[in-house]
Amino acid sequence: MSNTDFAIAIEDLTVSFDGFKAIDGLNLYIDQNELRVIIGPNGAGKTTLLDLICGKTRATAGSIKFKNIELTKMAEFKRVRLGIGRKFQTPSIYENLTVFQNLEVSFPKGRSVMGALAFKCNDEVKARVQVVAEDIMLADRLDLEAGLLSHGQKQWLEIGMLLMQSPELLMLDEPIAGMSARERELTAELLQRICKGRSVIVIEHDMEFVKRIAHKVTVMHQGKILAEGPMAKVQADPNVIDVYLGH
Amino acid sequence: MTALRDLIKRYQLASVLVLTLLLAVVLPLTLDIFRLNLVGKYLTYAFVAVGLVMVWGYGGVLSLGQGVFFGLGGYAMAMFLKLEASDPITTKIQSTPGIPDFMDWNQLTALPLFWEPFKSLPFTLIAVIAVPTLLAWIISYAMFKRRVGGVYFAIITQAVALILTVLIIGQQGYTGGVNGMTDLKTMLGWDTRTNGAKYILYYVCVALLIGSILLCRWIQTGKAGTLLLAMRDKEDRVRFSGYDVANFRVFTFCLTAALSGIGGALFSLQVGFMSPSFVGIVPSIEMVIFAAVGGRMSLVGAVYGTLLVNAGKTFFSESFPDLWLFLMAALFIGVTMAFPMGLAGLWQDHVVPWWAKRRSEMRKDKAAAARRAAEDDASGAAPEAAAKAPRAAGTPERLGDVAGQRA
Repeated sequence: MSNTDFAIAIEDLTVSFDGFKAIDGLNLYIDQNELRVIIGPNGAGKTTLLDLICGKTRATAGSIKFKNIELTKMAEFKRVRLGIGRKFQTPSIYENLTVFQNLEVSFPKGRSVMGALAFKCNDEVKARVQVVAEDIMLADRLDLEAGLLSHGQKQWLEIGMLLMQSPELLMLDEPIAGMSARERELTAELLQRICKGRSVIVIEHDMEFVKRIAHKVTVMHQGKILAEGPMAKVQADPNVIDVYLGH
Repeated sequence: MTALRDLIKRYQLASVLVLTLLLAVVLPLTLDIFRLNLVGKYLTYAFVAVGLVMVWGYGGVLSLGQGVFFGLGGYAMAMFLKLEASDPITTKIQSTPGIPDFMDWNQLTALPLFWEPFKSLPFTLIAVIAVPTLLAWIISYAMFKRRVGGVYFAIITQAVALILTVLIIGQQGYTGGVNGMTDLKTMLGWDTRTNGAKYILYYVCVALLIGSILLCRWIQTGKAGTLLLAMRDKEDRVRFSGYDVANFRVFTFCLTAALSGIGGALFSLQVGFMSPSFVGIVPSIEMVIFAAVGGRMSLVGAVYGTLLVNAGKTFFSESFPDLWLFLMAALFIGVTMAFPMGLAGLWQDHVVPWWAKRRSEMRKDKAAAARRAAEDDASGAAPEAAAKAPRAAGTPERLGDVAGQRA
């Protein structure tokens, strides 16, 4: 397979933990500029899939190609430098640093030790932080310690930290978990804003939210893909209703 | 003027200045040369404590083997001094004149090859920094690249400390064994035992220590410092933001090893000997206690912690020699339980707010007095002044808070 059109091409991906196959011969192709939502019951392997793409877990077999570059043997930080950003399920931000510092640290310059020592927070960095902060609705909170933000704002901040790096593939693991209705609304708008010019993979359980944002939906079950396509088609699929939506 | 004030605030120069004044002016004026030399000796440990603030406080990686690097720096210096003290004339009663006395006692008849370069002072000065740094690089690269951290790292550093002690004691002919290297007298013919030399060495020590603190401050205030804090709290987030976490840890660990090596070299110079009792597990843990008592997030605090614990050690071991170890253990447990941020935390959480409160009360009193005066005049300007006062008083407190995070 060498189709360079896909943003990410996953083929025959398998990972087994002591014989248990969390991902089992999975094939998944995501187009450039596509917003794909992955749904599925607990234990379906959704988070493991993101772990495999970003390198937190190593694949047992199979291939993951990003922009036609093989990822499976690559170190995590190199994958990030290629343009893959990943948000964790629980907001993973630096609680003791200010919102500004959280974003500043994520700016993709000065990533080596010497680079970091020589790094200057110049106008370019400040301008970028300002732009991203406005995007994630935290422009008026820049000097606040990140630990003091509300849960929803922490989720946004982590998304902002990824946006600082202008990733070409953005992976969001349950971005609206624990958010109020109003925050969900704002997050949906945020996702629609930021998915322009990049591919986005979102794991989500909230069907209303999925309907609102998804271009295409992939349903996973027991480490395999159960169904794939537009939301309406997936919802009508008897298999999906059986294992997931019906309950 | 404001630029200067920003600079002072950013790098916490006020606290560094106070420390410099204390070390360079107050102590030399109040202590006799014997005590001052003792302070100089303690300050060499402070290099290690400052390093521990970086690697433990900021980096979140506890090393229980810093004595290794202190010892390597100290031994490198001691080897040079020992060679100079072992000229053929002073050692003419030995069966092989011109080699260090302990080699002669151990039936060595020629200087071992690895001793040869230590005849050169420039080589020695490079080795003082390079040898500890190189060992630190090997240990930390092997471990951090494999993501060994936390308690496992502490245990392995401790094992290294033990191994090096055993090696030094076992290889008596090459290292002087358990006695160490004694009778270090001159450096390039300059007698280091005179009072004048002791003063000069003390000031060299203070200058290098302050320089090290400033270097560490500079690192802390830059992106590398922010990254260290970020890694300590959310290692994975840093890794998945495109950083090679291990490299930053290796760098910090090597930096602290270099600082410890400098401290060790100054120890050999000021005290006139070096022995395995400054290399092993116990001194390594003692150095962690210095940093813990001073406050593991505070570079300046680490120096005060070192001075205080050592002053206590000198005082108590003069009066109750048997009790000292228990007292020190109690001190360590007490400090970590009651004041996890050490003396610096105590200062930041209690002294600074107390002072700010006092000042704001004083202002309130003043404002109240002004209001009374104004009421007498039946003027409307007073309430406005009273409303302004508490707000103005609140500002220094907040600035102090931010500063304290990094102090």
